Amino acid sequence: MTVIEINHLKKSYNPDKLAVNDVSLSIEEGESLGLVGESGCGKSTLARCLLGVERVDGGSITFNEKPLANANRKDLRDYRRNVQTVFQNPTASLNPKLKIKDSLLDPYLQFQNELQLEHFHFTSKQAFVEQLLEIVELPKELGDRYPHELSGGQKQRVTIARAISIEPKLIVLDEPTASLDVLSQGAILELLATLQKSLGMSYLFISHDLAAVYQLCQRIAVMKDGELLDMFQKEDIYNSRRHEYTKELIGIF
Amino acid sequence: MSVMALSQKKIKKTKIWLISGLLLVLLALVAYTFLYLKHDATMTDVGNRLASPSWEHPMGTDHLGRDVLTRLLLGFRLTVGYSMIALAAAVIIGVPFGLLAGLRGGWLDRVFMRIADGFLAFPDTVIAIVLSGLLGPGIGNLLFAIVLVKWVNYARMVRSTVLTEVQKDYITIARINGLSTFTIMRKHLLPHIIGNVLVLASLDFGKIILLISSLSYIGLGAQPPTPEWGAMLNESRPYFQGNPEMMVYPGLAIVAVVLVANVLGDYLRDKFDVKKEVQP
Repeated sequence: MTVIEINHLKKSYNPDKLAVNDVSLSIEEGESLGLVGESGCGKSTLARCLLGVERVDGGSITFNEKPLANANRKDLRDYRRNVQTVFQNPTASLNPKLKIKDSLLDPYLQFQNELQLEHFHFTSKQAFVEQLLEIVELPKELGDRYPHELSGGQKQRVTIARAISIEPKLIVLDEPTASLDVLSQGAILELLATLQKSLGMSYLFISHDLAAVYQLCQRIAVMKDGELLDMFQKEDIYNSRRHEYTKELIGIF
Repeated sequence: MSVMALSQKKIKKTKIWLISGLLLVLLALVAYTFLYLKHDATMTDVGNRLASPSWEHPMGTDHLGRDVLTRLLLGFRLTVGYSMIALAAAVIIGVPFGLLAGLRGGWLDRVFMRIADGFLAFPDTVIAIVLSGLLGPGIGNLLFAIVLVKWVNYARMVRSTVLTEVQKDYITIARINGLSTFTIMRKHLLPHIIGNVLVLASLDFGKIILLISSLSYIGLGAQPPTPEWGAMLNESRPYFQGNPEMMVYPGLAIVAVVLVANVLGDYLRDKFDVKKEVQP
C-alpha cells in the first residue's frame, strides 16, 4: 500500500528559480526511499513541504489516498500523527531547557487520545520513557538529564525515539547522520534499520551520502537543481542505464 | 592571582549577597510583623514635636510629633509593597505581549514595536513625571505611570528571546507535531524566559523604589500624611537645618533597600548568565 504520494510538486523561494521543480515520487508501506543530492539541490525543501512547514506552490501531496490540499482539521491531525521527522542537528532539535523525558513525551501527549499503540505500552510516563530509551539503546536514567549532558549521537538517538514514540507510518529523516562522527553515523544507521524491521514504518531518508543511503534504503532517488533525475532499485545502482549524474555520484564513493 | 586569593574573593562575594538577602528578609519581617508598631503613624502630638531619641521614640519624632521609626517601618511596607505591585503588573502585562508579538509576528509585532520605540525615546522618569502630572498627583496614578513605562522592557526582552528560539529546530518539530501556540509558549518558551525576567525584575525593583520615592518627593506620588519615604523626605525639607536627622532616616532607608535590591539583582544575573547549553 502506498503511504504517501507526491505529484508534480513545485516550490520556489524566489520567482526566477524553483527550489523543487516538478518532483513526483511515492513511498510504499515499510519501504525506505533514499533521496540523494548535493547541498542546495532542494531535497530538504521537499522534506519541509512534506512536513507542512512550507507552503507548496504547485502539485499535490496525497496521504492515505487523501490529498492534503483539501484536508480538514481531523485529516491534518491524522497526517501529523503519522508523519514524524528527525532533523540533521540533534542539539537544535531538543529544547535545552527541558529534560530528555519531557522532550520525548511531546508527541505522545499531543496525540494520546487518538493513539492505539501496537508495539509500545503506556502505563506511566516514567515507564514509557524508559521503554523508548531502551529501544534506542540508551541507558534508562538519561530521561532525567538535560540535552547538554548527552553526546551528539545520544541526542540523535533521543530524537529518533521521539519520532517513533507514536508509531508513525512515515519518518522523514533529513540528514540524520550528517552532524555525527563516523562511528556514531554507522551506529545510527544500524539502529534505524533495526527499528524499521521491528516497527514496520517507512523512511524517506535524505542525505548527500550515497554510501549511507545505499546501506539503509531499498530504493534510491537522485535530485539535482530541484529536479528528480533518476530513481532506481538499490540492486540496479551499477546498471548502465543510470543517469550520467548518478554515475558521477557513484564515482565519488 | 593565586588559587587561595581567588577562592577568598569568591567567599567574600557569596557573603555579600547572602547578607543582603537576609537584611531584606529581616526588614520585611520587622515591617510586616508589628514588632515595633506601638504608635499610630499619623497620630500627631504637637507638644512633643522634633523630640530627640528616647525609649518611647527610638528615632525621635517629626515636626508634627509623629514617631519616626513607626513611619519608617510603615514606609517600607508602602514603598516596597507598591514597587512589588508595579513590578508584578509590568511583568504580567509585558511577558504575554512579548510572547505573542514574537511568536505571531505580522502587524501585531509591528504595532507593538512602534509603541515600544515611542516609550524608549524618553527616559523613564520623564514619562512618569509627565503621566502622573497629567493624571494628577496620587500614588495610584503614579503606579499606573510606572507600569506603563516598565512593561515595554519586559515585552521587548521576551520578544527578542522568542525571536531567537523560534528559528530553532525544536520549535519547528513542536509545530510539526501540531502543538498549539499556547502549548509551545508554556512548555517550550517559558523556561527560556523565566530566568531573564527574574533578573530584570530584581534589577528594576530598586529603580522603581527610587522612582516612587523621587516622584513622591516632588509631590506627584504619595500625599501627606502617608508615611512614604519620598514623601517623608519632602516633608522634612523645611526642618533640614535644625533637624537634619529627619531627612537622614528615610534617605538611608531608601539607600539601604535599593542597594540590597541591586546586589541581589546582580547576583541573580550572574547566576542565570551561566550558559547551560553547550554548542557542538
